[in-house]
Amino acid sequence: MIRVELPFHLRKLANVDQEVTVDVAGVVTQRAIIDAIEARYPMLRGTIRDYATDRRKPFLRFFACEEDLSFEQPDSPVPAPVAAGAEPFMIVGALSGG
Amino acid sequence: MSRVRVLVGTRKGAFILTADGKRENWSVDGPFFGGWQFYHLKGSPADPNRIYASQSNDWFGQTMQRSSDGGTTWETIGNKFTYDGVPGTHQWYDGTPHPWEFKRVWHLEPSLTDPDTVYAGIEDAAIFKSIDGGQNWTELSALRTHSTGSKWTPGAGGMCLHTILIDPKNHQRMFVAISAAGAFRTDDGGSTWKTITKGLYSKYMPNPTAEVGHCVHRIAFHPSKPDTLFMQKHWDVMRSDNAGDLWTKVSGNLPTDFGFVIDVHAHEPETVFIVPIKSDAEHYPLDGRLQVFRSRTGGNEWEPLTKGLPQKDCYVNVLREAMDVDSLDQCGVYFGTTGGQVYVSADAGDSWTAIVHDLPPVVSVEVQTL
Repeated sequence: MIRVELPFHLRKLANVDQEVTVDVAGVVTQRAIIDAIEARYPMLRGTIRDYATDRRKPFLRFFACEEDLSFEQPDSPVPAPVAAGAEPFMIVGALSGG
Repeated sequence: MSRVRVLVGTRKGAFILTADGKRENWSVDGPFFGGWQFYHLKGSPADPNRIYASQSNDWFGQTMQRSSDGGTTWETIGNKFTYDGVPGTHQWYDGTPHPWEFKRVWHLEPSLTDPDTVYAGIEDAAIFKSIDGGQNWTELSALRTHSTGSKWTPGAGGMCLHTILIDPKNHQRMFVAISAAGAFRTDDGGSTWKTITKGLYSKYMPNPTAEVGHCVHRIAFHPSKPDTLFMQKHWDVMRSDNAGDLWTKVSGNLPTDFGFVIDVHAHEPETVFIVPIKSDAEHYPLDGRLQVFRSRTGGNEWEPLTKGLPQKDCYVNVLREAMDVDSLDQCGVYFGTTGGQVYVSADAGDSWTAIVHDLPPVVSVEVQTL
């Protein structure tokens, strides 16, 4: 079970409160987590990564275990505490806009 | 008694304003999806409770919403707008080729007869169609691949397809407008398109009468006379009586003919409304006075309508999607401002009142007569 923290607007869109959980089979990677999120919450498709390029939206970041994972390869394993469900995978909106 | 429902898209959510036929006492619902931009909401003429909405923001991109109960509840629908084939390039601001990239949906135009069929005008300019209630979208790519497509350039707001008009007498005929490419018409449901820019003159272009490059801000028609088109161009108010084959300038006695909105009275095909803006460099009303101008002669002769509108210190803008009319016996006219006001006139423009004063900047206003 993977814990995922979504930013405010995506929680509202998905009609969830705080943290959500998804199951990921096999190696737990960023891509696998987002695949699972989109499968469980189809209304979030296209809001975290771009349809055409599959890249993370530029104003979003991925944090976990006090590290910025945003520039890790999508198929790299996430930190072990995330894969074990001990720490959340955080999808964070940039604090931009003034 | 008939009712009206006004669908308002703003920079920070959607709002729905409702009133009975007197249009005096209003209920305000919203914000729906607070914090998201709503470039456009529009109801289906075939089923007024079916409403489509374009929702976006800079963080999460484009999402789409649909209501089947008049806006009480919403469901997320398809937001995958993939260009047909390899999209190629258009011209960038500096004249260099630039790849076509999807950015957002500017305009939604539901079919006149089928609630599940809807068209979307997007940036970078293209038109898409859904026949399953917005779940899946297919590009009508003959427009983007028009022989002039590689020469299209964005306006200051982006290269947006912002106007889609379906001819009520011939559904195979549609008109679209793109900033800053111009205007186009299809007579075969989108399989082929032709430019309809003859007669337009844009002095800021190297060739002021070029086939493409005109910054068309809005086109409107009366449903009973779909061959007569009215256009608010960047500068110039224009008219065509042959479905866009030739345009003539009808700015007449206007104090300035820059602006964004244009619309036609519900029962008088020669009565037209615009909101002149000072200039392309100063996007606010002339002299700080908010004035709607009305022509009862299809252009050229215009009268200012000011009763109930602020006549000092007013520096708002009225964006291209932010005016509409209802079809009650006494035609109502509505417009929204970047200052968050939505004004209504229940007497075809003679007098105005603000339904709301303090919404977020208003992007779009659509009226349903129920």
